[in-house]
Amino acid sequence: MTEQIDKALAREYEAGFVSDVESETFTPGLDEDVIRRISEMKGEPEWMLEWRLSAFRDWLKMDEPDWALVDYPKIDFQAISYYSAPKSMKDKPKSLDEVDPELLRTYEKLGIPLIEQQMLAGVAVDAVFDSVSVVTTFREKLEEAGVIFCPISEAIHKHPDLVKKYLGSVVPKKDNYYAALNCAVFTDGSFVYIPKGTRCPMELSTYFRINEQNTGQFERTLIIADEGSHVSYLEGCTAPQRDENQLHAAVVELVALDDAEIKYSTVQNWYPGDEEGKGGIYNFVTKRGVCHTNAKISWTQVETGSAVTWKYPSCVLKGDNSIGEFYSVALTRGRQQADTGTKMIHLGKNTKSTIISKGISAGKSNNSYRGLVRMNPGAEGARNFTQCDSLLIGDQCGAHTFPYVESRNPSAIVEHEATTSKVSDEQMFLCQQRGLDPEKAVSMIVNGFCKEVFKELPMEFAVEAGKLLEISLEGSVG
Amino acid sequence: MSNLLTIKDLHASVEEKNIIKGLNLEVKPGEVHAIMGPNGAGKSTMGYVLSGRDGYSVESGSVTLDGADLLDMETEERARAGLFLAFQYPVEIPGVSNLEFLKAAVDAQREARGEEAVTSAEFLKEAKAACKQVNLPVSFLKRGVNEGFSGGEKKRNELMQMLLLKPKLCILDETDSGLDIDALQVVAEGVNSQRSAERSFIVVTHYQRLLDYIKPDFVHVLSDGKIVKSGDASLAHELEAQGYAWLQTEPAEDELEG
Ligand SMILES: Nc1ncnc2c1ncn2[C@@H]1O[C@H](COP(=O)(O)OP(=O)(O)OP(=O)(O)O)[C@@H](O)[C@H]1O
Ligand SMILES: [Mg+2]
Repeated sequence: MTEQIDKALAREYEAGFVSDVESETFTPGLDEDVIRRISEMKGEPEWMLEWRLSAFRDWLKMDEPDWALVDYPKIDFQAISYYSAPKSMKDKPKSLDEVDPELLRTYEKLGIPLIEQQMLAGVAVDAVFDSVSVVTTFREKLEEAGVIFCPISEAIHKHPDLVKKYLGSVVPKKDNYYAALNCAVFTDGSFVYIPKGTRCPMELSTYFRINEQNTGQFERTLIIADEGSHVSYLEGCTAPQRDENQLHAAVVELVALDDAEIKYSTVQNWYPGDEEGKGGIYNFVTKRGVCHTNAKISWTQVETGSAVTWKYPSCVLKGDNSIGEFYSVALTRGRQQADTGTKMIHLGKNTKSTIISKGISAGKSNNSYRGLVRMNPGAEGARNFTQCDSLLIGDQCGAHTFPYVESRNPSAIVEHEATTSKVSDEQMFLCQQRGLDPEKAVSMIVNGFCKEVFKELPMEFAVEAGKLLEISLEGSVG
Repeated sequence: MSNLLTIKDLHASVEEKNIIKGLNLEVKPGEVHAIMGPNGAGKSTMGYVLSGRDGYSVESGSVTLDGADLLDMETEERARAGLFLAFQYPVEIPGVSNLEFLKAAVDAQREARGEEAVTSAEFLKEAKAACKQVNLPVSFLKRGVNEGFSGGEKKRNELMQMLLLKPKLCILDETDSGLDIDALQVVAEGVNSQRSAERSFIVVTHYQRLLDYIKPDFVHVLSDGKIVKSGDASLAHELEAQGYAWLQTEPAEDELEG
């Protein structure tokens, strides 16, 4: 059966095409000059440049972390280009009609039509191509509700007070090696502000696409939900199939003020590299949210791509009665390596967190859950529930669980459950005896395993996630 | 009338151990055959070999279903050709709802046969009716396949799958064990309601009781991998009274040594 599974997993990556878009790309290399040029390209104010430079100086003094259970050759940060933008973006298009049709075609091929009439009703999209945002849809409709949804490069100009106040407030510049690098060189990303008491009238989503060779993508997302507001945001990512590894080091910051709620979902499908482990994206991402009183942040992620994933979406439960949730499906196959999990930092009284992690390993991949639950002295009556389930397909893959618990408040309760199971021969036989082919059988069993997480995704995307899993698993049996 | 199933001198093994040792059986459309026999005789193995389970290898002999070479087909192709096995020990598939599972199975089978797909609404109606027939609450359609089902519920769930898949040849492997008396009647009625001129059954059981309700056309005794005696329904009564010892063949010398 292992052999069947391997065959099924040896499948082509569907988003692996390269778009023929003329780009303006910096020559590889990183120094203060490069940062000045990025800032200049974006026409940034002086304070932004200073912020970048101070992060860069910190970064120079930091070491690349090596504690994660991932193994990859040392990254040469001087061999990466830190800025690439389609030439047609130079005079920023004012409307969709002015956007390079090749760019629109790229997103259409990925199943994300940017023509508003063709889009999923009720979903606004910001499309980020290499280093710049190419288009943001449904902006007028959102503006009517007072919602700001725009590229962060634009927010720096139009909403400097909000950016100055919150950028780096959740993930400090010096937080970690990749975060510091991102602060220095980030090029674009999405900015969201939901005003007090407002329920965002549609799903917001950003699609990230890395196209250019030897280019890193360092996007930056900042979402602020003002008091009593509500927003659901989805992020999707793909990249062409290339033999060289590409670096993606994003920072996402969420601020949920009193009584606000943010639901952040990710469907990550970066190129994972080939069967031998050649190529693929290195995905080193820092995502963190802070919850004020009675606020709630839910992270839901479906991770199927990337050669190496290093990612721990976290919640700082600062206000009393605030809630943090983390629902994750991470699928690894071939030679993929994922070290992912979450951190729940309980500061306020009666704060609650829930962690449901589903790791699926196939082929020769390695899949680790790493989670920290910290109950600070002030976290009276706080609670955490953690459930980590691993599913193994075949017998050459690995699943690992590293739960860390730090409880400094005796009234806090931390519960942890973990299971490891296999797609069994009996289950496969049952499915096949009922007429299902082995591929359908595996994908159904895996989807069943992930059900608790999928039900947290916005409806349209739950279907998409299920399909993505099915595609990723295709050929896993034969 | 030609046979639906023909097994000729079948030898099969699992883990290099010979289990089926010269099995012969002919089943005509519409017939019900009961198979009895001591524990470890190879009854379940027969079902697995016929369904093409991984790890069960056929050494020699032939099997045809409706004239087609069954042994040449993949497991799922055999199912699509109309072979159904109700498991002695049904396995759980957590998180996959019964309804989702059954719809996928029915879709796959219909597609393979070039039949039109049933709509979700139609299917739901049929599935609810099937639940009712096997006396399972409709809520079982939403539950994970066999997830947390009691022993008897699992058996009734197998029968429900049979009702929906409408196979040509149903092999029921001890579907009656672990059932309470009411459930036993439900299973028997389920089988009886499906009896038709085109559909045949192989019912593996240890108990005469089920056969009182089902009334098989033939009863066979399987012992040490082959059929050692065949008769009509009255054979089951004889077995109930006397056990299997009088039928058992002498073990071959080399087996004792091994
Ligand atoms: N995977 C296996 N490896 C080794 N021996 C096996 C394996 N599977 C089955 N057997 C052996 O094959 C023989 C037949 O088993 P089988 O399950 O077919 O018996 P059965 O007639 O169905 O018995 P019961 O009435 O108890 O259900 C038994 O001796 C069993 O131990
Ligand atoms: Mg048996």
